Amino acid sequence: MLQDQQIDNATATANRLSVRNIRKSFGELEVLRGISLEAHDGDVISILGSSGSGKSTFLRCINLLEIADEGEIWVDGEQIQMVKKQGKNIPVSSRQVDHIRAELGMVFQSFNLWSHMTILQNLIEGPVHVLKRPRAECIAEAEALLEKVGIAEKRHAYPAHLSGGQQQRAAIARSLAMKPKVMLFDEPTSALDPELVGEVLRVMRSLAEEGMTMLVVTHEMSFARNVSNRVIFMREGQIDSDGAPETMFSDAASPAFRQFIGSFRG
Amino acid sequence: MDFAFLFQTMKTLLAAVPMTLALFFLSIFFGGLLALLIVWMRVAKNPVVRNFAKGYIFVFRGSPLLIQMFLVFYGLGQFGFIRYSFLWPFLREPFVCAVLSLALCTGGYTAEIFRGGLRAVPAREIEAARSIGMSGFLLVRRIIGPIAFRHALPAYSTEIVMMVKSTALASLVTVWEVTGVAQRLISQTYRTMEVFLCAAAIYLVLNFLILQATALLEHRLSRHRRAAPRLP
Ligand SMILES: Nc1ncnc2c1ncn2[C@@H]1O[C@H](COP(=O)(O)OP(=O)(O)O)[C@@H](O)[C@H]1O
Ligand SMILES: [Mg+2]
Repeated sequence: MLQDQQIDNATATANRLSVRNIRKSFGELEVLRGISLEAHDGDVISILGSSGSGKSTFLRCINLLEIADEGEIWVDGEQIQMVKKQGKNIPVSSRQVDHIRAELGMVFQSFNLWSHMTILQNLIEGPVHVLKRPRAECIAEAEALLEKVGIAEKRHAYPAHLSGGQQQRAAIARSLAMKPKVMLFDEPTSALDPELVGEVLRVMRSLAEEGMTMLVVTHEMSFARNVSNRVIFMREGQIDSDGAPETMFSDAASPAFRQFIGSFRG
Repeated sequence: MDFAFLFQTMKTLLAAVPMTLALFFLSIFFGGLLALLIVWMRVAKNPVVRNFAKGYIFVFRGSPLLIQMFLVFYGLGQFGFIRYSFLWPFLREPFVCAVLSLALCTGGYTAEIFRGGLRAVPAREIEAARSIGMSGFLLVRRIIGPIAFRHALPAYSTEIVMMVKSTALASLVTVWEVTGVAQRLISQTYRTMEVFLCAAAIYLVLNFLILQATALLEHRLSRHRRAAPRLP
């Protein structure tokens, strides 16, 4: 038993992200009912599931915007320290929480750029004030990132002056500026007009090709099928099925997943 | 028109402007600090702290400033622990009493104005900041404070203008600012109209300058809400 635990912890330490048996309830409503996931370096994992299945809550529990009631989380070999209080997990150290969040990039459906700052200021905010790195260095890196996501000419514009697609690319660049170990995307293209989805997916695809470890909640089946190396289907707060896209998108998939896919083809 | 008299009156009143400005700047400064403390208490989780702030705001917004000033000026000396404390040499100065009561009062109003600004900060932008590892004072200083201040600025500039006018009440506790000096001139010359018109003109100019300054600040801080510069 003890030996099992040690082997277990060894894999958790080797992985980029390791989530063990996470549970989360809001009052009476049990939203996550025991979810586990291991992400290796460079994994791109698409998380699919119908609305209300707990996908957002899962991502939010990983970067500690919500605290799971039960379960363990390891980020790049570091376990998040929890104590039990009235049967629920509470983080031991708020400094560790901040430190873990800084290591995990989060991209939101609604971009959530800081409206009173220019795009460049949005990008250097975290590196300068959270990581306390030299400003000039951060500006140079931020400009390179804006170049990479294709909005270098917008660096002195404010978020309200950008299209949705540009704002989401800026938000991705803002996360990347923190040099995250893992990137979490929560339906990054769901708030966009259809003609703007492509430009955001292209940025995500190139990130995947560079070897970034990514967890992507999405309804873009082409991304799940062609870019990710693993697909997870969530249903009612549990993982219904999990596998390589080739097996998931074949006849071997679970009936529930096939039905879910079917509803997408219309 | 007796221009010689107007000129002489203006000269005398202008000599009192530094006193008016001192009352104004000191009470805005200390009132602003107090407002930060009160608003922090007002949004606290602890119900005792929160209700204390609520009560404070109610009392200082709900009663006349003049009465508050009289209570500070005539009332504080009644308390032995104040009268015999090391603070008494300060607290029996009319100027100190005037600044104290102006600051206490504007602290209540400004706390409510700042709270309005806080409520306008989008939760998503706070969440984005948390997600990169910001928390505590850093989060307030970099994200919540600047956004809240921008929302509060229009109402706050009104409060500042009100404060310039409220300094006139200090004349009633024998502080020789513009209004007090004007009243003394009237009692010597009985020329009410001319003297008060000169005093009103001084307040108008002061407030004009202050409104210009806040409008400029507002303009500078709201670039993100104006239309993007159009390229030809
Ligand atoms: N903060 C919250 N308080 C109460 N209920 C919540 C909260 N967040 C999510 N929920 C509920 O949890 C369930 C799962 O939500 P969510 O994780 O957002 O699902 P998904 O992202 O898959 O659509 C929903 O029923 C939702 O109403
Ligand atoms: Mg969701």
